[in-house]
Amino acid sequence: MESAKAIFIWCGLALVVILPVAVAANSPLLQWREPIYILAGFAGIVAMATMLCQPLLVGGRLPGLAQRKGRQAHGAVGIILILMVVFHVAGLWVTSPPDMLDALTFSAPTAFSTLGVISMWMLFAAASFALVRSNIRARFWRMGHAICVSLSVLTAVAHAILIEGTMGIWSKTVLCLLVVAATAKVMADIRIWRSFRGWRT
Amino acid sequence: MHANNFTRRALLAVSGATLVPGIAGLFSPLQAKGIAPTLTMRGGANNYLPGAPIVERIGNGGFWMSGAVLRAGDGMPLAERRIQIWAHTTEGHERDPHSHGATLTDNQGRFQLEMPQIVPAFGQPHGHLAYDDDVEFKTVFLRPVMRNASDTSLSADFVLVPA
Repeated sequence: MESAKAIFIWCGLALVVILPVAVAANSPLLQWREPIYILAGFAGIVAMATMLCQPLLVGGRLPGLAQRKGRQAHGAVGIILILMVVFHVAGLWVTSPPDMLDALTFSAPTAFSTLGVISMWMLFAAASFALVRSNIRARFWRMGHAICVSLSVLTAVAHAILIEGTMGIWSKTVLCLLVVAATAKVMADIRIWRSFRGWRT
Repeated sequence: MHANNFTRRALLAVSGATLVPGIAGLFSPLQAKGIAPTLTMRGGANNYLPGAPIVERIGNGGFWMSGAVLRAGDGMPLAERRIQIWAHTTEGHERDPHSHGATLTDNQGRFQLEMPQIVPAFGQPHGHLAYDDDVEFKTVFLRPVMRNASDTSLSADFVLVPA
């Protein structure tokens, strides 16, 4: 029974991760894009998929990766997530330098560019908290990481939804909703708000 | 009841009296200054390549970019003005030289140039246009967005101010 549940969970996760990638791989837009632009786009999709894995891993929700193993995997997948975002930005920079420069300097005409860049900085901040974790108070670490992660997730989802790109609207919406739901659920389960209570003491 | 009617009528009269100059106020700057100049749009100049050649059409065509070029103030159509057009299309990226072309306005200040179908890139199906003379009139860069990616035309107007 447990193994059946494990298979169900892993298959479900594989489906919601593979489906958006598969739909994007069949997008007609790809035929009019150069390889670096295509790869940059897919790096963004993979980044969103890893954003779904992150709360599930740290919350020990994936069978076989509970507790300590899940937390270790959370760190490893976090590095993959950052690399994907860096590749996403670098690939788009190569594709169209002025558009990327506008986005990074918050002067783009499109809201999704600004949201994407905010999400990137919030992700970097969340990772920075993890790097200095042993040097700061546990409560400060938990609060900082949770706030940055929440902002990064929400802006990344808004960024993805507003973009007219290779992702299919349905697979994109489902993945985005799951990312928000999983992040919220895991934060609620560990009662993250307790870190915010009486934080002056 | 009668008093009520009177009050209502008085209210209408007062609000009407307030509205008339209010609305006139909205329009009077337009009448005084005429047609307002078009401002350069954010990101409009991205992947601009100066000196794109005047062409019959860009690539194999199938999509129409059109618009008008007018003088700010009196709205006089400006003939023989060079408009440069580029976009991410089915035939190339924005920065590819073969995605760029220019055309001239007619006697009514109108221009239209056939180009390949614009496809969504960087999150939106959009085109770029430039009036890049900067001698007689100031340079303006536009970045209109298509309502639908399946649209087969797009238009943008230039209202220019003297340089």
